[in-house]
Amino acid sequence: MLTTLHSRKGTQLLLGLGMGFAFGFLLQKAGVTTYDVIINQLLLKDFTVVKVMLSAMVTGMIGVHVLRSLGVAQHHIKPGSAGSTIPGALIFGIGFGTLGYCPGTVVGAVGQGALDALFGGVVGALIGAATFAALYPRLKSRILNKGYFGELTFPQLLQVNPWVVVIPVSLAVIGLLYWLEISGI
Amino acid sequence: MRGMACVLAILIVAAAAAPAMAKGAPPPGPDAQVFALDARSGQSDGNPLTMRRWSPYAVGIGIGVLCWLTFLLSDKTLGCSTAFARSAGMIERLLRGSKVDGKPYYQQFKPVVDWEWMLVIGLLAGAVASSLLSGEFLFHWVPPLWAAKAGIDPVVRWLVALLGGICMGFGARWAGGCTSGHGISGTLQLAVSGWLAAVGFFVGGIVTAVLIFQVILG
Repeated sequence: MLTTLHSRKGTQLLLGLGMGFAFGFLLQKAGVTTYDVIINQLLLKDFTVVKVMLSAMVTGMIGVHVLRSLGVAQHHIKPGSAGSTIPGALIFGIGFGTLGYCPGTVVGAVGQGALDALFGGVVGALIGAATFAALYPRLKSRILNKGYFGELTFPQLLQVNPWVVVIPVSLAVIGLLYWLEISGI
Repeated sequence: MRGMACVLAILIVAAAAAPAMAKGAPPPGPDAQVFALDARSGQSDGNPLTMRRWSPYAVGIGIGVLCWLTFLLSDKTLGCSTAFARSAGMIERLLRGSKVDGKPYYQQFKPVVDWEWMLVIGLLAGAVASSLLSGEFLFHWVPPLWAAKAGIDPVVRWLVALLGGICMGFGARWAGGCTSGHGISGTLQLAVSGWLAAVGFFVGGIVTAVLIFQVILG
């Protein structure tokens, strides 16, 4: 692990900025910072968003697991629970379908001039986050920790070496993408 | 209550700004054509930087490689919604002072500029650069697909977007991540939370989009 590099705060902020630049550039070039592309994905008419996400996932998955096997990277698993992950994701989905952007692509949309993304999406997401922060103590005690499963991964759940999951999942996703292409979707 | 007052304040500022911007914005009708691009149409000069669209697979592989770099060089994962929580805290602190730092949620996600916050600023700059290079940058209020179904009134689109944004921001914090943090970074690490959230995002999103476009506006 490059622990010296990781501990340099100023350098890290610059790296964050640079990696964000690449991320925004790529998202815009794929067209997924555009409302019509995202909504047509949710209406199952255009699979650009799914193609981008799945190819990023497979590429990232193989590489990150190689880096871990080499001992130069570690996992950052978000803890989860039935009470936080499931209702949170569904509420997010309702917002995603209504707004037509997600938190990353809404910023990218602003970058290509979408004012609905700026004054609706970004302002709304800030209000939503502030509202959640205000309600957090009550939600935490009542629902967020219900069905807590923590920082769990599928290889841990199945008690197997990660590669036993990485390889079949990669093949399945590549197969799915291939099928999407040959069926002209 | 102070939290709600703050939320209200942001809402009022936005409400005041939106119609003013709407008047200044070009009519969405003809501009809509500019955005109605064929996904595969590129510029003819063959320079990838000025092309409007790259293959979704090329972009996906690029984002995947970017994920390697975030792990290797920064010991971080791509994610965007935490930056919204930190920014909300920063805005609240401007309005209410340092009492905000005592809120349990902002103790967990401190309202400070961190790596991910810079990532989101970079994302904005990257999208500006890409759209300027391809000539796609254009100020507009109403996306063509929305205009075709719901009309060109920017205030209607703004209100719907605001409502969607609130719901999305709230849900992202409830779920502890968004389409990048859970949907890409979580799934690639084979995290149970990531896969569960990704399925939930799309189930909620598909049902909502179908309801809006095929039932309400259909």
